[in-house]
Amino acid sequence: MKLFKSKRSAGLMASPYIAWAIIFIVVPLCMVFYYGLTSADGGFTFDNIATIMKPGYIKALKRSIVLAIISTLVCFLLSYPLGMILASMKLKKNAYIVTLFILPMWMNFLLRTLTWMTLLEGKGVINTILEFLHLPTLNIINTNGAIVLGMVYNFLPFMILPIYNALNRIDENVINAARDLGAGTVQTFLRITLPLSMPGILSGITMVFIPALTTFAISTMLGGSKILLIGNIIEQEFTQLYDWHLGSGLSIVLMIFIILNMIIENLSDNGGNN
Amino acid sequence: MSKDLITLEHISKSYDGQLILDDLSLSIYENSFVTLLGPSGCGKTTTLRIIGGFEKPDQGRVIFDGQDITNLAPNKRQLNTVFQKYALFTHMTIAENIAFGLKIKNKSDSYIKDKIKYALKLVNLEGFENRMPDSLSGGQQQRIAIARAIVNEPKVLLLDEPLGALDLKMRQDMQYELKRLKDELGITFIYVTHDQEEALTMSDHIVVMNQGYIQQEGSPEKIYNEPENAFVADFIGDSNIIRSTMIRDELVEILGAKFACVDKGFGENKPVDVVIRPEDVELVAPDAGTINGVVTGLTFKGVHYEMDVEANGYEWLVHSTKLSEVGSNVGIKIDPFNIQIMNVPASEDEEAISETV
Repeated sequence: MKLFKSKRSAGLMASPYIAWAIIFIVVPLCMVFYYGLTSADGGFTFDNIATIMKPGYIKALKRSIVLAIISTLVCFLLSYPLGMILASMKLKKNAYIVTLFILPMWMNFLLRTLTWMTLLEGKGVINTILEFLHLPTLNIINTNGAIVLGMVYNFLPFMILPIYNALNRIDENVINAARDLGAGTVQTFLRITLPLSMPGILSGITMVFIPALTTFAISTMLGGSKILLIGNIIEQEFTQLYDWHLGSGLSIVLMIFIILNMIIENLSDNGGNN
Repeated sequence: MSKDLITLEHISKSYDGQLILDDLSLSIYENSFVTLLGPSGCGKTTTLRIIGGFEKPDQGRVIFDGQDITNLAPNKRQLNTVFQKYALFTHMTIAENIAFGLKIKNKSDSYIKDKIKYALKLVNLEGFENRMPDSLSGGQQQRIAIARAIVNEPKVLLLDEPLGALDLKMRQDMQYELKRLKDELGITFIYVTHDQEEALTMSDHIVVMNQGYIQQEGSPEKIYNEPENAFVADFIGDSNIIRSTMIRDELVEILGAKFACVDKGFGENKPVDVVIRPEDVELVAPDAGTINGVVTGLTFKGVHYEMDVEANGYEWLVHSTKLSEVGSNVGIKIDPFNIQIMNVPASEDEEAISETV
């Protein structure tokens, strides 16, 4: 398609987007790198980045990574069977069911997490009901479990959609062909369905793992002030301690982990194609 | 007589309350090229899917080589399918695609390697082992789909409109290719198509279907020359189909004129349908034929001229290598042998000419 007559007019049309990208993406990124690599007196330093190795910080980073991995895994285990069920349904019904899973996203993310807080609190809705039924009450709020629950609840749609789309794109006759060539149900799944849905799985993992790794809102609300994730620490550096240099340095560390994650996924995706 | 390999017994199938196949029975001989031919929605693909095991009939049985396989899963059946739009595994190389069935059966690596080589040679795509399916043209992908199926040495190959997505030239080449493959492999091909020319070119046996019923089955020559009803006559090739009256044996009144014919046994003064192929209508000098008419249309078709002739209130379709100008007066003469008499359809289903493509 040739929408624009010349390269120049195409460039002209793109200029607002380029300006947007420079002002809101490139400039802030440069600022993060500037603050992250300088000290308060303006001199170049790696100290801000190296701070991550200090006990409190490294512990928060490890916890963030572990909780993000668990949440991603739980999201995957919930989404894949659902995606398969939806993709195998021939009726138009599956569109409604997919919408049903996306519906909570129309509500504000903080409000949804706040709802879980009131549900899970010591004197929250769930424990009130349990008490009323004379059952032992639960201590969920302010645990790692509560944070994982919050992450899974909030990020599940980001896993379901790409997996459902990938599975839905697989031609029914490709599955039939595998059956026709002698493959049983398990072999068909392992050799055909799973590899063909891999792009969806990988983008689902990225879309859940990255926000789970960087979140601070979920851990603040459902983890109380007891459980700090790396996102909480960065937030505190900026909003409470006003140490932009350290905050930026830690952000760079987090960025490195995200880039690493994407590189690994890209490599495994290419591996599947070769 | 050849031996029955597949027998369908009283198969019925409906989707969402709509009857697709109604009490269909069919025998397929060993080592034959059988084509299921009909317009879309006639039930031909459903029939194929029932043989392949991808659908279960609501009623009836599928017998394969003397055994009831109605409830057998597709992966347990001794037949392979070439799907519409090829259905290749896009995440595997050509060699891996072809090896798929053999690996499942735990064949040795050297056996698989030989088979891949043999199959690629058979479909004229030697050296394609390490290509990916997406890098191949439609015709090449189709050949790979065939290669992938035949390395498993099935007794029957099912082909579901395999040439539908190809352009005309490629389609014609593949028709001869498929015929050659069938002779080389010595197995049964069951081929589904809506293209009558394809069916006539390749088949030993054609099964014409419409609205879930078998309209007629037989050799291509028989189907073309002796259609049993107006649907078959209209679907296979061009034809003049005229409601007429059978005066008595060997005499039929067409558009008010009496024509000698060779058919018998339709009774006296009975309504019948008459089929006359356009190449069998002979244009002669006025009054030298049975009826007179005027040429109203003329198209050059390469091998022959196609002419419309208005005579006795009917527009005759005529194919001839001899040109008659538009507006000229002509006589129409028909050899008795070329007048095919058919019974008037008993049911509405058979008279679905207008729904054909």
